[in-house]
Amino acid sequence: MIVEIGHYALVLALALAIVQGLAPLVGAIRHDGALMAMAQPAAVMQFLLIGMSFAALAYAYVTSDFSVVNVFENSHSLKPMIYKISGVWGNHEGSMLLWVLILALFGATVALFSRGMPDDLRALVLSVQSWIAAAFLLFVLLTSNPFARLNPAPLDGRDLNPLLQDPGLAIHPPLLYIGYVGLSITFSFAAAALISGRIDAAWARYIRPWTLGAWVFLTLGIAMGSYWAYYTLGWGGFWFWDPVENASLMPWLAATALLHSAAVMEKRDALKIWTIFLAILAFSLSLLGTFLVRSGVLTSVHSFATDPQRGVFILAILVFFIGGSLALFALRASALKPGGIFAPVSREGALVLNNLLLTTSCATVFIGTLYPLALEAVTGEKISVGAPFFNLTFGPLFIPIILAMPFGQMLAWKRGDLLGAAQRLVLACALGLAGMVVLYALRGGSVVPAILAGLAVYLTVGSFVEVYGRLRNAQNASSFFARAKGLPRSAWGTAIAHAGVGLTLFGLAATGWGVERIVSAKINEPVLVGPYEVVVTDIAPRDGSNYKDLVAHTQIREGGRVVAEMDPSRRSFTTRTMVRTEAGIVTLGLGQVYMNIADVRIDGAIDLRLYWKPYVALIWLGALVMSLGGLLSMSDRRLRIGIAKRAAARMQPAAAE
Amino acid sequence: MIWAAFAVMTGAVVLGVLWPLSRARATSARAPDIAFYHSQVEEIERDLSLGLLTREDADAAKAEAGRRLLHNAGAPDVQGSSRMAVRAAAVFALVAIPALSLSLYSWLGNPDTPDLPLQARVEEREGNAELMSAIAKIEQHLAANPEDGRGWEIIGPVYMKLGRYEEAARAFGNAGRILGDTPDRLVAQGESLVYAAQERVTPEAAEIFEKALNLREGHPVAYFYLALAREQVGDKDGALEAYTNLARGTPPDAPWQSAVRARIVALGGRIEAIEAVQNAMPAEQQAMIRAMVDQLAGRLEHDGSDAEGWLRLIRSYSVLRETDLAKSALTKARAALAQNADGLKRVNALADELGLKG
Repeated sequence: MIVEIGHYALVLALALAIVQGLAPLVGAIRHDGALMAMAQPAAVMQFLLIGMSFAALAYAYVTSDFSVVNVFENSHSLKPMIYKISGVWGNHEGSMLLWVLILALFGATVALFSRGMPDDLRALVLSVQSWIAAAFLLFVLLTSNPFARLNPAPLDGRDLNPLLQDPGLAIHPPLLYIGYVGLSITFSFAAAALISGRIDAAWARYIRPWTLGAWVFLTLGIAMGSYWAYYTLGWGGFWFWDPVENASLMPWLAATALLHSAAVMEKRDALKIWTIFLAILAFSLSLLGTFLVRSGVLTSVHSFATDPQRGVFILAILVFFIGGSLALFALRASALKPGGIFAPVSREGALVLNNLLLTTSCATVFIGTLYPLALEAVTGEKISVGAPFFNLTFGPLFIPIILAMPFGQMLAWKRGDLLGAAQRLVLACALGLAGMVVLYALRGGSVVPAILAGLAVYLTVGSFVEVYGRLRNAQNASSFFARAKGLPRSAWGTAIAHAGVGLTLFGLAATGWGVERIVSAKINEPVLVGPYEVVVTDIAPRDGSNYKDLVAHTQIREGGRVVAEMDPSRRSFTTRTMVRTEAGIVTLGLGQVYMNIADVRIDGAIDLRLYWKPYVALIWLGALVMSLGGLLSMSDRRLRIGIAKRAAARMQPAAAE
Repeated sequence: MIWAAFAVMTGAVVLGVLWPLSRARATSARAPDIAFYHSQVEEIERDLSLGLLTREDADAAKAEAGRRLLHNAGAPDVQGSSRMAVRAAAVFALVAIPALSLSLYSWLGNPDTPDLPLQARVEEREGNAELMSAIAKIEQHLAANPEDGRGWEIIGPVYMKLGRYEEAARAFGNAGRILGDTPDRLVAQGESLVYAAQERVTPEAAEIFEKALNLREGHPVAYFYLALAREQVGDKDGALEAYTNLARGTPPDAPWQSAVRARIVALGGRIEAIEAVQNAMPAEQQAMIRAMVDQLAGRLEHDGSDAEGWLRLIRSYSVLRETDLAKSALTKARAALAQNADGLKRVNALADELGLKG
């Protein structure tokens, strides 16, 4: 009965979503307070209903109710409990249910925490959000119903696939989904602004936490996904430019652009129309990502063509919302009051540059991802656009972004002083150049990693110059800390997030200094990799629950001293005759020794793949730091007005940030 | 009982939506903008008192905030509701929510299917536990003696029944490798692969079915899946022809007839044509078969690359006792398949089987 109640709750949520989509919309157009007021309780109830539904499905998983097709196909009575639970969203139907749950969660949050927001704006936002929810609820119910039943019920489930039982896979999709779906709220705000024809700095203030929140989760989700690929796939790669990854990178780039242009809008009442456009774009790209991942179009354009129901449905949703919002945009954008104009050398100008570069880089990823699909669909020819394309297009676009980032922070609103900014960045530049030279001298090899690492140093140091400028007049340590505490958290957020980009860049640059060795070694025969000696001291079988491990106990030595130990293994699943390698990873400082056993020969020699990856941990640490910056900025609930700095002003804070 | 729960849920939702309608209210749309302005000013004052802002900057910021307040037109004031609108909305919610959710649920839902948590299925599981421990024993045995073909052959169908299709395919494959391929083992392996791939005939499976057909000409199950493979890659005409051949060429009460006919209908073919053949009098039947054989011969005359077709043609002539025609078809087939070593081999094998010389 619980399962069917969950099913009914989902259907009821759809009916409610349709009412919530219509009544407040009519209310907002007619300025009718009562109709608009329907939106809030409806949004909260919608979340409760979908929550009930999700809980019912989770219950079916936990109790191994194989009368539910979804549980039968994706679970097994012998799975560890944690993977039974993560199995709820580890499959197509369940993950779409999670999608609508998060969608409704965001709607409910707007409904509950929007005191002070104009009634018509709130009603329109909740109405648009509800249209999105209704479309996806219909999709779930008609094409991907997680509550389909089986009679008679089988005695056990089908999925004991050990490859999918991984904590990374359990956490990574929800993070990404919160990011994707978080952008739906900014989209709803944009659509609401277009419908009501009213857009102002307060609007930008309302969307700030949503954009930042979505961005933080997207950042974490992408980083998590890449770390998962790194440790499971077994050859140390962490980013493959494959369409699924690009599908998450594109909304991230657009969201990054959006949160910067929204800052301009909030402070200077400018860039309004562009901000609206970016809000539409960011969510459109996350819908596109959903389409790419969920329609099966990636596995093969042809398999999509023979079983197109789901794909066509998502495509219809895509066309309706993107097309509809762009049409609305075309109709109404001219009616919006554009904001003020501004000088090219100013904080606004720098942010516009940031926006141009980010959207262009987003476009290159878009082309690189969709062109092969389009070509395959039209001509049947399969090509793959890989790292070389993206390195040649995306890379050059990102270098100016990195060069400009500290400058942007330095420039004042309205009219900035480029020379002054440059002077204050002398230290960062000098450190960056010194880093380049020193690292090149120390590491040798190609000059590219040294240049990129130098850039990373410049960016990381440069990110804090502005904050430092505000603190350096402090007389003593205690007033220094008092001032540091008094600085707006958004200023700290900016500095920290930018520094996070610098750290990630350093980690990426350092891949150029990595060492890869593919060798065959005997037991106790040391192998040199980077600064370390790796010695397999012992190789022994070990029994797992449904697999056998062949574990190579390995020591890592530096100057004869053991600094770390690890146990990489080859794991074979007896009844499945499936073998997978469990990489051994040891973090030493910021670098990692990564070892994979390719084969164990009869004569006792072990074929090893060994990597020394200096600073590689920075790639993900940087992403964590970026998210931390985003969270700090999000926690800053203050209002922001950008004002020009007077010529006579000292090195004082440029704005009431 | 469950319907009562549904009724309570629906009622709660409808009430929740109607509740705000009962409280009509009028607010000034200017209020949020003014409040926003005031909080901006407070913010600036606070920064000033903390020394984060100079007096001039604070004044400039306040002036900017004031300018924006004037600049933004603001929304029109929210009016109290007209009773008409409220009534319309109430009726809409009251009707639309129950109507939509109940009708959609009665289409999609299974209100009579109870929850079936594994714990509640003790008896079933005891029976199952025996089976499972038997499986576990065989699995252990096979892990220790992976070259025991009989063991693989025993466990294959069990896996199949449990829905563990990949494992079934592997078991049948091992059985075939160790005990030698037979058409039935190959077909079982292919069939498990098809099930494992959500009923798609993968290239790997198709290859296995081809192998089975090589071992036993016209194996109906292999023939069916190869037809399905054609259908799945979009060769509808080829698939329809193959299904039709299968339906005609095998007894009307064969177990696969219903599946084959369902495919024929799905592809727009006509069942009557098949039944006509099966019900026809022997003389008429001969004539019909003659017509079909002639058609096949015509097609092969045109495009001789289809080894399958030649095999069928030669066999048909032989069944019709047209030895001369069979021999000439054999010669033509050899010429047409000169480039196709595999096809040639099969044609020659058939010629040996039928005792044709030429």
